[in-house]
Amino acid sequence: MLSISGVHTFYGKIEALRGVDLEVGEGEIVTLIGANGAGKSTLLMTVCGNPRAARGRIVFDGTPITGLPTHEIIRMGLSQAPEGRRIFPHMTVLENLQMGATISDPQYLDDDLERVYGLFPILKERQDQRGGTLSGGEQQMLAIARALMSRPRLLLLDEPSLGLAPILVKQIFAVIKEINEREKVTVFLVEQNAFHALRLAHRGYVMANGRILMTGSGAELLANEEIRAAYLEGGKQKQ
Amino acid sequence: MAGETSADHTPIDAQELFKEAGATALVVFALCFSLVGFKTEDVPGGLDIITRFDDVLVATALAFIGRAALVLLRQGYPLPVLATALPVTILLIVLHFSDAVFSTDTAAVLKRFLPFGAPVIDWLVTILAAVFAIRAAIARQRAGSTMTTEEREKAMDRIGARVQRAARILGPLILGFAIILPFLPMADRRILDIAILVVTYIMLGWGLNIVVGLAGLLDLGYVAFYAVGAYSYALLAQHYDLGFWVCLPFAGLMAATAGIILGFPVLRLRGDYLAIVTLGFGEMIRIILLNWYEFTKGPDGLSGIPRPTFFGLPFTRSPPEGVETFHSFFNLAYSPTDRIIFLYYVILVMALATNLFTLRIRKLPVGRAWEALREDEIACRSLGINPRNTKLTAFSIGAMFGGFGGSFFATRQGFISPESFTFIESAVILAIVVLGGMGSQIGVVFAAILLIGLPEIFRELHQYRMLAFGAAMVLIMVWRPQGLLAHREPTLHLPERPPDAPRVAGAAK
Repeated sequence: MLSISGVHTFYGKIEALRGVDLEVGEGEIVTLIGANGAGKSTLLMTVCGNPRAARGRIVFDGTPITGLPTHEIIRMGLSQAPEGRRIFPHMTVLENLQMGATISDPQYLDDDLERVYGLFPILKERQDQRGGTLSGGEQQMLAIARALMSRPRLLLLDEPSLGLAPILVKQIFAVIKEINEREKVTVFLVEQNAFHALRLAHRGYVMANGRILMTGSGAELLANEEIRAAYLEGGKQKQ
Repeated sequence: MAGETSADHTPIDAQELFKEAGATALVVFALCFSLVGFKTEDVPGGLDIITRFDDVLVATALAFIGRAALVLLRQGYPLPVLATALPVTILLIVLHFSDAVFSTDTAAVLKRFLPFGAPVIDWLVTILAAVFAIRAAIARQRAGSTMTTEEREKAMDRIGARVQRAARILGPLILGFAIILPFLPMADRRILDIAILVVTYIMLGWGLNIVVGLAGLLDLGYVAFYAVGAYSYALLAQHYDLGFWVCLPFAGLMAATAGIILGFPVLRLRGDYLAIVTLGFGEMIRIILLNWYEFTKGPDGLSGIPRPTFFGLPFTRSPPEGVETFHSFFNLAYSPTDRIIFLYYVILVMALATNLFTLRIRKLPVGRAWEALREDEIACRSLGINPRNTKLTAFSIGAMFGGFGGSFFATRQGFISPESFTFIESAVILAIVVLGGMGSQIGVVFAAILLIGLPEIFRELHQYRMLAFGAAMVLIMVWRPQGLLAHREPTLHLPERPPDAPRVAGAAK
């Protein structure tokens, strides 16, 4: 569904991505894990066209999308919950969700609202509240819900667990699973929380210094010694 | 100012008091010495310098006392301040009105005791003394505690929210007043002229509010579109002999086009950078108007711009042969105020149209996209919104209303020249939007009345007008930086739906 091959991305002179190859198949949950500064978010943003890939090819559903402006890429059926949530703080929850439905046919609005309220019941309670007054977890839910309002076939999530309490992380990941299984939405998940992400995902990629180091099924990667040392127990011991 | 120490208070920090008050007095003295101390005056045979050192000394002393009062208030001693400020205020007021109470001779003697020779400055001193007295009284009542900034913010926010909610009632009330205004007994020519001016600025404020308040694009060159509208109408009227109503849409269109032409290359800029470019554009338009003599008559301006007609009926006393006028058609006696009243209603309708348009478009996808763009451009892009086109629509629609306003200005004045379209106009319109609270429609109304209406009413104050204007702006920025009524009402509410009512799939949102 999404195929990335040989992508290089630069921030000025700094090469953030050094030839990345990655595949996301229809119906999958694919996760990309790695340390800070590995280039995970950059890859996600490059898929969305900002920054643009300097070299390489990104194909979505058979259509090359390299170099297209973000808003056109989004209109092809790909949706992104950007890093840092980026909800509209002065707009209500309902207005935020409606902004998410910008590109979809207004006749679906009621159904889609019902659908995301089903996934995140708390948002229904909060629908008249301003986005900025929500808690961190609720904001993250709102960001995901907003991304779902455009009826995407591929959902890109950038660190949905960032800054959330463990119980909320569990909840968010459960919903991601539900979105994938029930709604048949393909999910590409960028995460630092390697344990949860790998348990959830069908397949995973490990990234460091702008390159893909390793790939395999979620269970394989979870069992891999190096991964355990670098991203799981290793991290724990350091604390 | 005797210090009165009560047992539960820390003693007055006299050192701090004298240090601060002394420093303030020094600054005032340094400023006043050359600015106030020397004055040139025309005397037969040339210029003469007169000195006014007595005024300098009085000003320095007043600054010292005022600052000392502030320090005392801060340290929690309102009583001595009150004891000084209140009698001073009363005394000054008595002195001001002394000619009404005493004979002319006594009054003349008494008036000499006013601190300065100029009535305006004396009144300012009186007002300041009154402010001190009131503050001291309040501080005394609240046992020395003044509201913290945060408390005040919250209180103002609550007031803001309440006013916005009251706007549903307040709006129609103000509108009703605006409609009957020309028929009120107090409405003379002067009041009407001020009202027209205020409503013009309300309309411009509403127009700019689309760009600045909704879309969050800081536009310092709004007057450019105002100028384009005015010149479009004036030139079309002169060259093609067209009337106001025919030209109005064209003028709006021209201004919108100017908005697109400017917006296209610069809207990728943000914040300060956009502000600078728009500022430059505003000046460019003015300089082009000034220098393109063959087309715009440059600094001479364009005169003889036709007045608007009432469905083809002109407002003239003695029309050319065969032309029916407003008063003859309706069998009225000719009155020059008719035209002013008509102009007033024209601008009122235009302003209301701007407001209705904004209220309506805020609920449409494009309006909501503007607001979302103001909040977070990156999020907007990731929702499939084309930021450039969205900004362009905001910019050009805002420009269009500026153009309408400009045409009205041209037809009201009958004469336009580049001098009417200086940067200060942009600044005033922007000030109205910011002061009212960005994005608040009713806030613009209050701000326009405050910024345009009050200075016009106090026109007698001459040059001190701008001084007071500046002081008011500074005070607003200190007390209420986010604007008077910065409270955004959501545009969207779900209708209360009975829990088990059948839902029609695909029902209108």
